[in-house]
Amino acid sequence: MSTTTPPVSAGTSPKAPAIPAGTLARKKLSKPWASLAAIVLAVLWTIPTFGLLVSSFRPERAIKTTGWWTFFSDPQVTLANYEKVLASEGANALFPYFVNSFIIVIPAVVIPMTLATLASYAIAWIDFKGRDVLFVAIFALQIVPIQVTLIPLLTLFVDLGIAGEFASMWLAHSTFALPLAIFLLHNFMREIPRELIEAARVDGAGHVKILFSVLLPLLAPALAAFGIFQFLWVWNDLLVGLVFGGSENRPITVALSNLAGTRGTAWHLLSAGAFVSIIVPLVVFLSLQRYFVKGLLAGGLKG
Amino acid sequence: MATVTYDKATRLYPGGDKPAVDALDLHIEDGEFLVLVGPSGCGKSTSLRMLAGLEDVNGGRILIGDRDVTTVPPKDRDIAMVFQNYALYPHMTVADNMGFALKIAGTPKDEIKRRVQEAAKILDLEDYLARKPKALSGGQRQRVAMGRAIVRQPQVFLMDEPLSNLDAKLRVQTRTQIASLQRRLGVTTVYVTHDQVEAMTMGDRVAVLKDGILQQVDTPRRMYDHPNNVFVAGFIGSPAMNLLTLPVTEGGVLFGDSIHPVERAALAATGKNITLGVRPEDMELAEHGLPVSVDVVEELGADAYIYGTLRQGESDMPVIARVDGRQPPAKGSTVHFQPKRGHVHLFDDNSGLRIETTA
Repeated sequence: MSTTTPPVSAGTSPKAPAIPAGTLARKKLSKPWASLAAIVLAVLWTIPTFGLLVSSFRPERAIKTTGWWTFFSDPQVTLANYEKVLASEGANALFPYFVNSFIIVIPAVVIPMTLATLASYAIAWIDFKGRDVLFVAIFALQIVPIQVTLIPLLTLFVDLGIAGEFASMWLAHSTFALPLAIFLLHNFMREIPRELIEAARVDGAGHVKILFSVLLPLLAPALAAFGIFQFLWVWNDLLVGLVFGGSENRPITVALSNLAGTRGTAWHLLSAGAFVSIIVPLVVFLSLQRYFVKGLLAGGLKG
Repeated sequence: MATVTYDKATRLYPGGDKPAVDALDLHIEDGEFLVLVGPSGCGKSTSLRMLAGLEDVNGGRILIGDRDVTTVPPKDRDIAMVFQNYALYPHMTVADNMGFALKIAGTPKDEIKRRVQEAAKILDLEDYLARKPKALSGGQRQRVAMGRAIVRQPQVFLMDEPLSNLDAKLRVQTRTQIASLQRRLGVTTVYVTHDQVEAMTMGDRVAVLKDGILQQVDTPRRMYDHPNNVFVAGFIGSPAMNLLTLPVTEGGVLFGDSIHPVERAALAATGKNITLGVRPEDMELAEHGLPVSVDVVEELGADAYIYGTLRQGESDMPVIARVDGRQPPAKGSTVHFQPKRGHVHLFDDNSGLRIETTA
């Protein structure tokens, strides 16, 4: 080996910082102490949930007298809480409200998703007067806080005679979701190359055909993303359910809060109820996350 | 099959003050392969998109056959288009991509299948029908895009630079395939390219555009031998034609220390100078003529190209000439050139238009 290359000055070579910022960040973040910090955070974050899980299996007396951590010194396990919560009859039965939540959540996801798809197609790909103004106006509606709209909406629902019905909650949730949904889907639609739509037009497709045969399959990730967000949002919502739900068709969140609420004395059921309510979003998230795949557009266009 | 007619078709983009396509008058015969060529931004793609219905026509008309399609939406024009980036539907298989238009038209399933098979056979795609576009190579995607057009059996094929994304070797190969396919199918075709070699080799006729204005429509041969103006002369042919601004004298054009004879009538219209065009292969080494100092010699084996400079007065003009490859002049030397008789093009120095001569 030749030794003619001049020795590189150790450590502080001026050429060293030519590493891309992303690589640098990844390097720094994957250092052991950084991982440790992340683990500590994760554990701290999970402890309350873990405590809830432990509590949900403890007998009523134990819950009401000692903290969940005593479980480890004095383990008492029972399924009684879950039995009560999941019963369809009885004073503290949550099952009917569990069903209510489904009845509320499914249309409250489907309605804004459908409307937003149609609206965002029109805004993205149909040239009409005032299109940009309309788009900005719709997005600007995001600024209005939900709380401001509650009383006017309630008055409107009373006038329409649907106050306290499921329909009022469907409408309320859809209304609140639409601006963000249209914004999100519009941006996804704009990213689809113009040539694809032009090719479909030349192939003889009208707007409906273009939307359903060409664009929708490509929009699956965006729709899944929005669907998950909206599902979680509506499922976990307390405010809208509390304001618009009648006594019979309250969602599970309202029923849960009533367990420990003003008149409730069944707060030992709270933890079991909360876990029942967590299961659904968890399943939805895990089953839909496979749609978050990249590269659906790959191959249609060169490069 | 049908003819295509542009009748003073004009496209003015909103907010622009100069039309992208300015009063285009063009008639394309039934079954003809017409190539629209020009530098980027000349309006060739816009012209094609106007015919496809993807671009509004702000003035004039466009006819397919005898039918005025100026305001007809693309789906009702019975045309098929091949896009520069192919625009295949990424979520459909090759077969579905090719059959999409037929499916929309409500063609029976077995008929679609038969026609897709037929097209796949022509394009050598039979083994790939079940694949998605992302599992294909660039050349295969290009063929699928062609197949999508063929399956339709449309009245007109529109192709917007379909070869520009292929590598050089594949491009040459595909060029001949497309041309022969078009002859076989006999479908009227409008083909857009910025590559004048493609234009010359593929088209029955070539239309040269510049700044939205049609410069000349002719057969490739005629375009090469008889350019109508300075722009066409410089654009068609590779290496480009030498366009030299030379002084006019008694009896002809001053060609260095000799005179290139031009009849008096032809010179009458022009002023002190004239633009003289000679193709590189029509330059001959001689004792007298244009003194050119040789800057670069490109030896290609059989031929050599000389890239030199003509110093005349205060202005330098680049000159390209083809010479015998076995004994090219040395770099740095000064040689003299004479144009071949009968292969000289004269253009008006001001208007750039061709001056007809009998010689």
